[in-house]
Amino acid sequence: MEIPKIVGAGLIVIGAGMGIGRIGGSAMDAIARQPEASGKIQTAMLIAAALIEGIGFAALFAS
Amino acid sequence: MVISNKPLRFIVATLVVCLPFFSFANPASEVANTQTEVAQPATATASGEVKTETTEVKSKIKEFIDHHLLDAHDFTFSANEETGEHYGFSLPIILWDNGLHVFSSSKFNHGEAIAESDGNYYVLHHEKIYKTAADGVLTENETTGHPTNATPLDLSITKSVVGILGIAVLMFLLFTSLAKSYSKNGGIASGAGRFFEPLVLYVRDEIAIPNIGQKHYKKYMSYLLTIFFFIFFLNILGLTPLGFNVTGNIAITASLALLTYVITTLSANKNYWGHIFWMPGVPTPMKFILAPIELLGTIIKPFSLMIRLYANILAGHVVLMSIIGLMFIFKNWIGSSLSFGLAFALSILEILVAFLQAYIFTMLSALYFGAGNEEHHHEEAH
Repeated sequence: MEIPKIVGAGLIVIGAGMGIGRIGGSAMDAIARQPEASGKIQTAMLIAAALIEGIGFAALFAS
Repeated sequence: MVISNKPLRFIVATLVVCLPFFSFANPASEVANTQTEVAQPATATASGEVKTETTEVKSKIKEFIDHHLLDAHDFTFSANEETGEHYGFSLPIILWDNGLHVFSSSKFNHGEAIAESDGNYYVLHHEKIYKTAADGVLTENETTGHPTNATPLDLSITKSVVGILGIAVLMFLLFTSLAKSYSKNGGIASGAGRFFEPLVLYVRDEIAIPNIGQKHYKKYMSYLLTIFFFIFFLNILGLTPLGFNVTGNIAITASLALLTYVITTLSANKNYWGHIFWMPGVPTPMKFILAPIELLGTIIKPFSLMIRLYANILAGHVVLMSIIGLMFIFKNWIGSSLSFGLAFALSILEILVAFLQAYIFTMLSALYFGAGNEEHHHEEAH
């Protein structure tokens, strides 16, 4: 029972990492295109990253 | 005051300046070690001894970190292992066990002694108080290994409670004086208020108004400012050498998240409940499926708030203490300076995380309050 749990948690953490990476990258793109909207983009980016991070931590606690 | 116009260069220079202290400090202790080894004729081989020593150090560091992450019944700054002396002070223990028992935590002698109060005997086992007989023996559950003794209701002023009370008093004094300074100076903040005024305005202009809306934001401002500064100060307090771990304690983040949940639930308007139980704009069979999911969502939101703050702060503390612990495993100047540099960089990152987590918690709370106060949109077809 232990190993599938740990592997599953690892997979979720990989997914969460990729998700946060994509959010960060896309936000960089967006800020480069429209530097004057950087404040709004940052706020939206942080909210989305925080939501994904919550899932990652939930996976770590379930393992 | 400007320390340096080039911060990166300044940091590197400070690191280089600090290096000699480490490189000089360690050879001396190594010399001392070899001297004692020479003095005591070793029975085991030298390599074996070194190996057991490193594993001992590792388990000691692990024990120390585990101990730090728990709440403590006494306030210990440091402890001398050889003499068993603890530097710090005792805190009051308050128990409810068929009557109130109040005594000092010095009776436990850091978990080594049995405390006696009005004919009842208590032992401290992994920072939990158990009721025992006069001999102080704990009976253990064979499968789980946890003690099966009765636990009295523990209302003690623990280390975390000291931290919370301290921060509460600090916030009260700080913000009342800030409020008073406005009337004294004709609407201009003075002293420390000049630092906190932009933060207060930031919470209002960047967090409350965009997420809750111009109409309703005022009634939530007191709560949002309170949790923002409470979490921010406690996170910063956790980075000081006093050794507090308050926001890295799930009970505390759970109560903060519960407050957000209660306020969202009680202040939500009928559109919010309408969208939960009878989602407009979807086919009727779908509404029956969506209602339990949406209802579950209201509980998951504060739950994720709780887990996020707890896990971030806990992970920060564990990583920081492990890196400082590397210093005691390597025992040479390269390892020590590397560990010092890493710990320094990570501490700066942790200050950012301390702010970011306070911001995220406040921001998401504001988002949930905003969702509870959303007005009905007539222009949308549903």
